[in-house]
Amino acid sequence: MTDITSGEFPSSIRRVEFDSAESKARLRGRYKSEARFKAYGIVALVITTSFLLALLTSIVSRGVPGFFQNYLVTEVLVDAAKIDPQGKGTPEALRAGDYSAVARAALADAIPGINERQLKKELNGLLSSGAGDDLREMVLANPSLLGQRIRTPLLLADQADIFLKETESAVRVFADTRGSATPSATTGDITILVSGNDFADDVALIKAELVNSAVALEKNIALRAGRGASAESLADLKAQAAELRQRAAGTASETLDSKTASRLVAINGGVVKVKEMTPTSVRGDVIVPLTTTAEAAPGTWQIRVYDRPEADRNMNDRAATFLEQLKSKGLIESKFNWAFFTRGDSREAELAGIQGALVGSILTLLVTIGLCLPIGVLAAIYLEEFAPKNRFTELIEININNLAAVPSIVFGLLGLAVFLNFFGLPRSAPLVGGLVLALLVLPTIIIASRAALKSVPPSIREAALGVGASHQQAVFHHVLPLAMPGIMTGTIIGMAHALGETAPLLMIGMIAFIVDVPTSLTQAATVLPVQIFLWSDLPEPAFKMKTAAAILVLLAVLFLMNGISIWLRKKFERRW
Amino acid sequence: MAGWYALLILALLTAGYVISSARARSIAGGNYAEMHSLPAYHGLYTAALAMLPALICFLIGSQLASYFATQTAIAALPGDVQNDVLKQGAALREAFNIAAGGPINSSSAEIQSAAAGYASVLSAGQWITLAIGTFTGLAGLSWGLSRVSMNFRARNGFEKLVHGLLWVCATIAVLTTIGIVFSVVGETYRFFFDPAITGKPTVFEFLFGTEWNPQAALRADQGEIQTAYGFLPLLTGTLLITTIAIAVAGPLGLFSAIYLAEYASPRFRAIAKPILEILAGIPTVVLGFFAALTVAPFIRGWGETFGLNVASESALAAGVVMGMMIIPFISSLSDDVINAVPQSLRDGAYAMGATKSETIRQVILPAALPGIVSAFMLAISRAIGETMIVVMAAGLAANLTFNPLEAVTTITVQIKTILVGDQEFDSAKTLAAFALGFVLFFVTLVLNYIALKVVQKYREQYD
Repeated sequence: MTDITSGEFPSSIRRVEFDSAESKARLRGRYKSEARFKAYGIVALVITTSFLLALLTSIVSRGVPGFFQNYLVTEVLVDAAKIDPQGKGTPEALRAGDYSAVARAALADAIPGINERQLKKELNGLLSSGAGDDLREMVLANPSLLGQRIRTPLLLADQADIFLKETESAVRVFADTRGSATPSATTGDITILVSGNDFADDVALIKAELVNSAVALEKNIALRAGRGASAESLADLKAQAAELRQRAAGTASETLDSKTASRLVAINGGVVKVKEMTPTSVRGDVIVPLTTTAEAAPGTWQIRVYDRPEADRNMNDRAATFLEQLKSKGLIESKFNWAFFTRGDSREAELAGIQGALVGSILTLLVTIGLCLPIGVLAAIYLEEFAPKNRFTELIEININNLAAVPSIVFGLLGLAVFLNFFGLPRSAPLVGGLVLALLVLPTIIIASRAALKSVPPSIREAALGVGASHQQAVFHHVLPLAMPGIMTGTIIGMAHALGETAPLLMIGMIAFIVDVPTSLTQAATVLPVQIFLWSDLPEPAFKMKTAAAILVLLAVLFLMNGISIWLRKKFERRW
Repeated sequence: MAGWYALLILALLTAGYVISSARARSIAGGNYAEMHSLPAYHGLYTAALAMLPALICFLIGSQLASYFATQTAIAALPGDVQNDVLKQGAALREAFNIAAGGPINSSSAEIQSAAAGYASVLSAGQWITLAIGTFTGLAGLSWGLSRVSMNFRARNGFEKLVHGLLWVCATIAVLTTIGIVFSVVGETYRFFFDPAITGKPTVFEFLFGTEWNPQAALRADQGEIQTAYGFLPLLTGTLLITTIAIAVAGPLGLFSAIYLAEYASPRFRAIAKPILEILAGIPTVVLGFFAALTVAPFIRGWGETFGLNVASESALAAGVVMGMMIIPFISSLSDDVINAVPQSLRDGAYAMGATKSETIRQVILPAALPGIVSAFMLAISRAIGETMIVVMAAGLAANLTFNPLEAVTTITVQIKTILVGDQEFDSAKTLAAFALGFVLFFVTLVLNYIALKVVQKYREQYD
């Protein structure tokens, strides 16, 4: 004070020039840092959102094809000789019939002329082992079908289904062939001579591929040598690289193997898998028999290329050819896979469904909600309205807060040690699963219910008490109904949490492979998230697709539950 | 049997309520103002008095019946089976199966007689229970009925019972904790100190051993594989994945929270908050699937372009996806604490000429720091205890490494691996899972406790 009144500017206070260049630069810097800081927040939100988007697109793109299933739709002769050879006509006899044989016969009719054992096996492998099941149900429902020809869908095997769905395994067709081609025979190992140099590009391509792999190998050798690998270990690789180089430079016919792109020739109604090729001729095995050995004019025969090598595919060229053949005849149809919702688990991907898991989830959640809703609400009422302020109440509150943060797997350990080993309840049962999940979500429900009870203004309570209600009457008749929307919202969120929970259920054995749909609380069952976990572990790509489809079902249910809770909150939200 | 009992209890409830309230009505004769309690309360009180003894009889009686039935079954088994715990358990399971109506096929005569004895004692016990339950229930009913009068304080009596019920419900949380402690600590004690368990480590070996291999060699050709229960590789694996997760979620969650709390318009908030909530609601098994099938191959491919050798089950993939999981935790908790900082602090800083970011960095964040720290602690405890993401995306091999590109294993993965599938309850391997569970429980408990204390202290400052 005295400093200022004295008129002298004290040396301890630095004088700031607001219009100096230094000052302006500082201000610019501060504004820049302000903008930067704000940008950090936006970037963080963008990254988080893109995480979520990446997750959802990854799951949706994998899962949506899982809701569809390819069928072979063809004329089926419901052959009485195969289904009911003794002609009994009883439901038992009809049930025991060999419907797979009927389905196989229909497939053989669709692609005639396949007689070789191995080829026949490949062809039959296109059909699911459960292809006859729907047929059986149809015949059982309507025995007059016996002996008739009906057009019906037959389930394809998972590999065939996946092959049809994946674009990577799509075939490239070169139809404008330049020369005329002459096959040497109609079946077996044949040679096709071509008047134009139709295969020159392909041969050149293969040689280029050889050079590429040689270069890659040489790089690898250099890398390993750099890391100090011994000369002997590299000699083998060097020889391989040299051989590749030599093959690329030579003019001899190129042999195709399962590690290169596959090439097939479609000619005279048949298909040949190429084994060796020169620019003007190919040698290969017939897959679908040719009708004649006549010369095919340019443009009437095709070259088909599968870019993905046979070794990297689940379907070999022969099965793929049969499938393409069926597709070109218009016999393949993709339909919505309702069976996914009406079948239990199966070892065959195309037969596996989520009904068992869905029912298991529902049974488990019924136990959970039946226990934790009353217990949670009553506990919340006690703590919020009646509990005396003492050490025991404090202990309960600390316990609830701690339980809310205990890892879910620990609840699984509790279930295993207490419910299974101590009380001897059955393993894998929805009853035990429901008990464990009830303990798991109890803190959530208590905390949400307490918040809902707390939000009811004290005036309601006081008014009730004022007209002579007892404390319990005030709470149960007036406060609780007003808190109910909030309690329901919390309960739905808790249930959504329980529905998505997996780890504790693994501990109590709900991980078994269960085909049957559970019908009671003590029967072995599995739940949707555990089913997802089980399927995700299986190597078949078809199961990966089913996993993603099951995840979509789970997410849809969860979104629905959350949507309901938001709707409840919006509809009944009251500001006091 | 349980069905009959449920029917009995239902009948007692209905009878108690209907008869007693009717009696109260007739006693009052329309003059309810003179009566202490409404007829409905007389009914409820009597119904409760009728139900409680029957319920208690059932709970005790069914346990006693199955205990005596099991004893009868054991007595019927041959001596050598009685003395061997494992054989006895197997024989009993078989006998229970037969008694429950399972196929008799290749069972021995002793087991069949055990099953018959079990079934007969069990059904006798259950019928006796039912009889006693009916009797005590009726006794309770008639006692309640005899107390109905103008001056009887039925409402107070009933409310006392309800109060007791409320107390019991609130106590279940404590019972759960006791159950967890009892199961986890008991088995952990056996793991370290029970002389009947072979191949168990000492506490020192467990805490500081560098090798984890609970599965001994099953066949001779697998060579000499010793079981080892060194906890360190699991600890480092868990810490590595948790560190990656926090490194991902910490900045993202915190900056999101700051932006949403301080910069965003109400409309933007209304859109951005639900996105974070969706992320929080995605089940971890879904995140695990995403980690294993999308993120891990992506990181592997990305590493290959830089010439790095990334394991297909790298810690990085699991850690990044776990980070995704805990972003909403950190952001919503931090958002709450930032919003709880009093406006006067902000206004003060603005009055001094501070920019918004300077206010946030130098005033709001320091003020909110305790809350943010506790948010991080809760997030860490979530990450440590998370199971499905690491089960699906991290490996099984217990490598002692801090390289995020290699496969590591975690505590939860090992618990799941040991306990899923067949297990005998008396092996060191199974008990080891409980010891790991104990560690997990203890660590998360401590983290939560600290977080809670920090928040409490902070609240005291500003309220």
